[in-house]
Amino acid sequence: MIRQPGTSGLIFNEPTVWDKSRDGRCALSLPRADVDRVPLNPALTGDAPNLPQLSELDVVRHYTRLSQWNFGVDSGMYPLGSCTMKYNPKTNEIQASRQGFAGAHPLAGEAFSQGALRLMYELEQFLAEITGFAGVTLQPAAGAHGELAGMLIIHAYHAKQGRQRSKIIIPDTAHGTNPAAATLCGYKSVNLKSGPKGILEPEAVAAVMDEDTAGIMITNPNTLGLFEEHIREICAIVHGKGGLVYGDGANMNAIMGVVKPGHSGIDVLHLNLHKTFSTPHGGGGPGSGPVAVTKDLIAFLPIPRVEKQLDTFRFVTDCPDTIGRMHTFYGHFGVMIKAYAYILSMGPQGLLDASRLAVLNANYIKECLKDTLNLPYDRPCMHECVFNDARQKNYHITTKDITKRLLDYGFHPPTVYFPLVVEGAFMVEPTETESKEDIDQFINAVKAIVKEAESTPEKLTQAPTLPKVTRLDEVTAARKPCLRG
Amino acid sequence: MRYLPHTQKDIKEMLAVTGRTSLDDQFDTIPDAVKSKTALNLPDPLSEWDLNDHMEKLASDNIACQGYTCFIGAGSYDHYIPAIIPYLISRSEFATAYTPYQPEVSQGTLQGIYEFQTMVTDLLGMDIATASHYDCGTALAECALIALRKNKKADKIAVSDLVHPSHRQIIDTYIKPAGFSMVTIGHTKEGLTDISALEAMEGIAGVAVQSPNFFGHIEDLAAFKKVAESKKILFITSFTEALAWGLLKSPGSFGADLVAGEGQSLGIPKTFGGPGLGLLAGSTKLMRDLPGRLVGRTKDSNGKDGYVLTLSTREQHIRREKASSNICSNNGLNAMTAAMYLSTVGKIGIREIAQLNHDKAVYLQSVLTSAGFEPIFAQPFFNEFVMKAPKHFKEKRIELINRYCLFAGLDLEPFYPQLTDHYLFCATEKVSREQMDQLAKEVAQ
Amino acid sequence: MKKINDLNLPEHVKYTKDHEWAKFEEEVVTIGITDYAQDQLGEIVFVEMPEVVDTFSAQDEFGTVESVKAVSALYMPISGEVVAVNDNLEDAPELVNEDCYQGGWIIKIKPADSAEMDALMDKAAYLEMLKG
Repeated sequence: MIRQPGTSGLIFNEPTVWDKSRDGRCALSLPRADVDRVPLNPALTGDAPNLPQLSELDVVRHYTRLSQWNFGVDSGMYPLGSCTMKYNPKTNEIQASRQGFAGAHPLAGEAFSQGALRLMYELEQFLAEITGFAGVTLQPAAGAHGELAGMLIIHAYHAKQGRQRSKIIIPDTAHGTNPAAATLCGYKSVNLKSGPKGILEPEAVAAVMDEDTAGIMITNPNTLGLFEEHIREICAIVHGKGGLVYGDGANMNAIMGVVKPGHSGIDVLHLNLHKTFSTPHGGGGPGSGPVAVTKDLIAFLPIPRVEKQLDTFRFVTDCPDTIGRMHTFYGHFGVMIKAYAYILSMGPQGLLDASRLAVLNANYIKECLKDTLNLPYDRPCMHECVFNDARQKNYHITTKDITKRLLDYGFHPPTVYFPLVVEGAFMVEPTETESKEDIDQFINAVKAIVKEAESTPEKLTQAPTLPKVTRLDEVTAARKPCLRG
Repeated sequence: MRYLPHTQKDIKEMLAVTGRTSLDDQFDTIPDAVKSKTALNLPDPLSEWDLNDHMEKLASDNIACQGYTCFIGAGSYDHYIPAIIPYLISRSEFATAYTPYQPEVSQGTLQGIYEFQTMVTDLLGMDIATASHYDCGTALAECALIALRKNKKADKIAVSDLVHPSHRQIIDTYIKPAGFSMVTIGHTKEGLTDISALEAMEGIAGVAVQSPNFFGHIEDLAAFKKVAESKKILFITSFTEALAWGLLKSPGSFGADLVAGEGQSLGIPKTFGGPGLGLLAGSTKLMRDLPGRLVGRTKDSNGKDGYVLTLSTREQHIRREKASSNICSNNGLNAMTAAMYLSTVGKIGIREIAQLNHDKAVYLQSVLTSAGFEPIFAQPFFNEFVMKAPKHFKEKRIELINRYCLFAGLDLEPFYPQLTDHYLFCATEKVSREQMDQLAKEVAQ
Repeated sequence: MKKINDLNLPEHVKYTKDHEWAKFEEEVVTIGITDYAQDQLGEIVFVEMPEVVDTFSAQDEFGTVESVKAVSALYMPISGEVVAVNDNLEDAPELVNEDCYQGGWIIKIKPADSAEMDALMDKAAYLEMLKG
């Protein structure tokens, strides 16, 4: 067997911060007071919060040990479908930590923030070029926040047309954030089934699209990793009834330089800078979810907008049709810096190559594993491919078991049980930054696990055994929630 | 390109497996009509050292250079960040992980966030804190939506006009499309939210009050709780300066149902306003109404302690259109940063830092008063306060930025048009007596 | 998961297509979910119940049952006013798994029209539906 990276590693036990706490310790360098102490009225003051009391080394060791229990992209291959866990370049972190950026106060005034404004303006231009749209806002703080902004724009557009609509079409392959965002706008979701090829059929869209429907939310490439081939026709049908097309650009990593969604009929698109544009996911954020729109929808973008006048940049808030403000200041500027640095490092050819290689890696995995795992839609894929556990059911082995065994082999598992259209889905997105050797190692691991499923299924059902903890009791966690120490 | 590992040989071998003749050929399921015909019009790639030069130039076009003095707060605070915080948070096992959906290999994130949730509940005196939100404004908008969902007979939310102006705008953006509206509670001439105006209001689902408020004043939360109780509506409080709770009575001690707050003060750089850290806490009875992720403690199959994401059925990926919110990614890494900060300062340090902020602010107010500024409100404050400036301060303020990189307060007129020549000042532990004396001397001339 | 023939489907209750059961007894109808439903859902972690005096029409959603990763709506078999909810489920939702027809009942209602019970399925019809 080829040697796999999985090992029990250098893993220490570490109690919670309260168990380590000892009265009287403090890890803070306390400054000398140079002004008089002025106690507040005791009626207003409370006891100091009961925070842990630690020395500096206690804190350092605590978080170092915690970090060692975590799997990140820097630890190994992290082929989480629809999440685009590509390498997060370290130079981006250095750029974002420059004093002129990290120390910038958001209310310092435009005249004293020209560097930040210029960066935002240029990043908007770059994203507009990559997506083929006329206007971009960087304000949304994450992908779902971008979706909300996009739906608010569609809502505002219909209000401006003089008649609000009540429904929105959402395909069965959509992310859960889509229907949840639609609800916030008061739209009722109309579920649409994808066709036998795993993509939407224009006739199906035409059958549900009417003049009370605000539009459709399409993820393209979709969550099966397939390009929606009828995107043009579908957009025409929706536009024909006065609706708008929302594009979920979470999977933009497959098509940079290949397709500009703005040229395919889509009206509003959100991007995830933490997916396509290499900024770290941070264990669940902070992300950034810019929204790109056609010329007709620019007036609805959130405020403030960044504008250029001659050689100076300024914020504009005087936009009567705007959906309003989405973030206290201007969005996640720190994340924007990293995406901007990434685009400048890659250049136009680099971005195109990234998409081509992301697609190559996914198709390579699809071909290499389709005799091992069931592949419900055997078609050329984009950046990800979706298998399931249909063949392993005979041995009572589920996707979850395969997933947990992968942890022992030293890989982060793919996305599982999503998209919902594939029962027991196992959704692999390798990204372009994984090398052929690492991908081969992953393929071999899956093949070895599938063999074990037949010969020694208990190795799967009892997995994982190597990480810090084994399978956790999620039922008790939900029945008797313990949310604080 | 150094991020792309494929050799020509790799590409050839892999294409042979996928049955393609070229990399372009892979996209032939895409109709020609939607394919780009021209290359992306973007700048040529920069080497790392060229990038460094370019980025430093942009960064230095902001006046946040070394040695700048910041007397502005208003939702973004200039606090000292201990060296161990950026050092520890840059560990890539934290930064390059995704949401901890595979708990066995995410215990670092999970225990860290569980500890964060616990420290936030301690700080705020609340039962439950979520794993974070984008910022205070968006967290507050979520609280407004909770109140409107819980109290279906009402379609309005009452919000103090001393809640951060941006936060009020966000609430409006979030609630309007579903047919709800916000009613604003004015403020008294003492610079406090006008409780009598709230008492007169009908048909509201909840009330939101910020304390310390946008003018820096400490509101009488107990009085608002009483009114909220008598009206059977949810009592929501918010704050922008998390360090205030090192000194002040916690919102939970006044019976707040929901608390939304900004946690940027807890070890997170200002970074032109984001990413900050949305804090969201609630009482136990609202546990299943809270938006976003929650970490819970449990056991593994060997009986060992461990942590998992829990109560996920509230969330969008399961409940879809009926979810409590559409939030997915939150500000997890900044929550971890805040946990590191709170562990570093501890019970002793947070009290000391908080007191120091207050002491410096009181000193700043006194020297500015001597320099001709007028303290128009006689209210207790934490580290921010409003002053009416003498004539020509507007020009002087710009001169101070250009000459000394010193930002002397925030002009309130754009936010409250009646407050011409009024400035909101902030003093944190970072400013020295010398800097405050210098400011006073400059403005007195 | 259980085979259809292994399901516990008592004779003395009526069934709905959404897998609730209803039992009419002394002017009160007790409602819960069937053995098939609890088996499909897996370990139940929370039951969201209406409040006493809430009134619903037949087919209205009156609550939800949750497992770790799924939520299912509960629908009224017939119209009526809620007169009792099973408070034991707050601390022990597992009762729905362990004893779905007795200790795991969910609500009791005063029916608006007890004749609506006649429209529900008996065991034979429900079993037929499950076999599809």
